[in-house]
Amino acid sequence: MTEASSPFYTDEHQAFREVVRQFTEKEITPNVHQWDLDGELPLELYRKAAALELFGDGIEAEYGGHGQRDAILRMAMMEELSMAGSGGVIASLLANYIGLSPVSKFGSHEIKSRVITPCMAGEAISALAITEPSGGSDVANLRTTAKRDGDHFVINGEKTFITSGMRAHFITVAARTGGPGPAGLSLIVVDGDNPGLSRTKLDKMGWLSSDTATLYFSDCRVPVENLLGEEGAGFSMIVNNFNPERIDMAAQSLAFSRVCFNEALAYARERETFKKRLVEHQVIRHKLVEMDRKINAGKAWCELLAWRLNQGDDPVAEIAELKVAATTTFEFCAREAAQILGGASYLRGDTVERLYREVRVQAIGGGSEEIMRDLASRQLGF
Amino acid sequence: MKVVVCVKQIPDPADPGALDPETRTLKRDVKLILDESDSYGVEMALQLVDAAGGGEVTLVSMAPNGERSGLSTALAMGAESATLVSDPALVGSDALTTAKILAAAIAGQGADLVIAGSESSDGYTGTVPEQIAAVLDMPSVTAAKAIEVDGSTVKVQRQTDAGYDEVECPMPALVSVTAGVVEPRYPSFKGIMAAKSKPFEEKSIADLGMSADQVGWAGANQEITDVTDAPTREAGDVFEDDGEAHLKIVAFLENLKVI
Ligand SMILES: Cc1cc2nc3c(=O)[nH]c(=O)nc-3n(C[C@H](O)[C@H](O)[C@H](O)COP(=O)(O)OP(=O)(O)OC[C@H]3O[C@@H](n4cnc5c(N)ncnc54)[C@H](O)[C@@H]3O)c2cc1C
Repeated sequence: MTEASSPFYTDEHQAFREVVRQFTEKEITPNVHQWDLDGELPLELYRKAAALELFGDGIEAEYGGHGQRDAILRMAMMEELSMAGSGGVIASLLANYIGLSPVSKFGSHEIKSRVITPCMAGEAISALAITEPSGGSDVANLRTTAKRDGDHFVINGEKTFITSGMRAHFITVAARTGGPGPAGLSLIVVDGDNPGLSRTKLDKMGWLSSDTATLYFSDCRVPVENLLGEEGAGFSMIVNNFNPERIDMAAQSLAFSRVCFNEALAYARERETFKKRLVEHQVIRHKLVEMDRKINAGKAWCELLAWRLNQGDDPVAEIAELKVAATTTFEFCAREAAQILGGASYLRGDTVERLYREVRVQAIGGGSEEIMRDLASRQLGF
Repeated sequence: MKVVVCVKQIPDPADPGALDPETRTLKRDVKLILDESDSYGVEMALQLVDAAGGGEVTLVSMAPNGERSGLSTALAMGAESATLVSDPALVGSDALTTAKILAAAIAGQGADLVIAGSESSDGYTGTVPEQIAAVLDMPSVTAAKAIEVDGSTVKVQRQTDAGYDEVECPMPALVSVTAGVVEPRYPSFKGIMAAKSKPFEEKSIADLGMSADQVGWAGANQEITDVTDAPTREAGDVFEDDGEAHLKIVAFLENLKVI
């Protein structure tokens, strides 16, 4: 059965997928290695992506978004962008989604038009800053504080591992406005040019084209209008943001697995050892089948969960499980593809080499495998 | 300003299918897409309407089996409406018949300008645009790399081997556009969604006042008598650089008369 005959995709999904595929092939794939060397994406890419409305899912049309939320469309988009074989490009380009989603859901009209509109046009970049040097998994116990002082919040603390953190014009920051625990957290938008904010760049194993930063807030004064929703409602907003982010990361991980598989299959068909093509060795064929079947299973589950999100369901435990399934599949496929490519997979510039270095962040970011299993087990009442 | 753009829907060149051994024509029973060489015409038309401060871009296409996916792409890029001529009798139509059909579909539309690609990427006859112009009794300009509309005149930069000619002609006129001269926009998400509800008219040959004996195999004045495979690419010449390779390359290029 082709995607065209799948019950999950409409003609419009397929048409958008095709556009994103062409965009990826033309604008992204030929450049990923150079952007890794540059350590960041060209700003022009944001404008080009904005023209396609790549940032708009779940954002109101009034501010330049799609005016609808469609998890299937978003999954198809993630898959096609991932075919360039670079998680860094997606992480940085689409940090808008994690940064802007709370603004879109909980911000005032004023803040939405000031923050979301330029991001939708590709003129500005947004980031989400939750993780701190003291920890990322235990969101409820974040230490960064935001104290009320008249018409302002005064933010003090540090955030780390923040994607697009060096360049973001708007940063959605989780900070403690109240007492300890989840009920004391709020989300506040900090403008990139705030004098109380400074940033340092982090060098990483992978996602090289995505700039990642530690952010320092030192008596950083932010107008109270920049608070999103109610004071103290931050924790549920953060949790609310996780489902789409996790399904995004699952779709990416499965598509990266598919890229590893494609690279390995193409190589196995060409390369000869012991007077046979690699693909004629049973050991290699079995590796390919193991990769293929894990990817197919993951993709089928991902499609089903995206469809359920579209039906208004909220399958938190299954999305957590899916993320684990997807990142362990990715880890497996990156390893097996590297084995099939042999030494060629160890050279900089090779797609499998890049993806191999990007496995860990998919398995840790947005909720680590351990945290996902723990969340699923609690949700399922084990 | 009203611009009509002729667009062809062709088998995906990435998966081009096969020739029918009986008719020696391309099998067209696969999914068809917008011919890339027509996407330049669509883009130029959209830019001209923008520059004119208003107007409308409409599409005409002739395709088998009511095929509309290539037209949907052009509608998603921003064209306002489309007319598709589809009729079982059209199978086997030659270039002139195609031109007559498209001309009949364009005729009552009140176009100020008709734009077409210079040649399609599957058939490559490169004759249809000028034949349409002749049928419609319109002036035509070929090989446009830039088009500007000034009142009721169209000014065209016409690509030549040495550079370009500047040509002016009264409108309505037909201009055929060289591939690669503009960057066709990608359809946006909202463009794709809007394309669904844009006016789309499908016409049969009877709707155009034509009959089956005038079109298709019956009406064709041309016959494909033989088809041969394109010669496979031969290996190029390699000049090892022994310090004198540049002289050999110069001599080689001189021999080809390219320098
Ligand atoms: C490249 C990159 C980009 C990132 N981008 C962003 C961003 O844009 N914004 C943002 O806010 N964050 C971002 N992160 C941070 C990411 O979300 C965190 O790394 C992640 O949540 C884990 O937090 P931590 O690294 O502090 O690990 P910790 O919370 O210190 O945990 C360490 C490890 O211990 C294990 N562990 C923790 N708690 C438990 C438990 N209860 N039971 C069992 N095992 C446990 C987990 O395996 C975890 O990976 C990014 C990270 C990376 C690497």
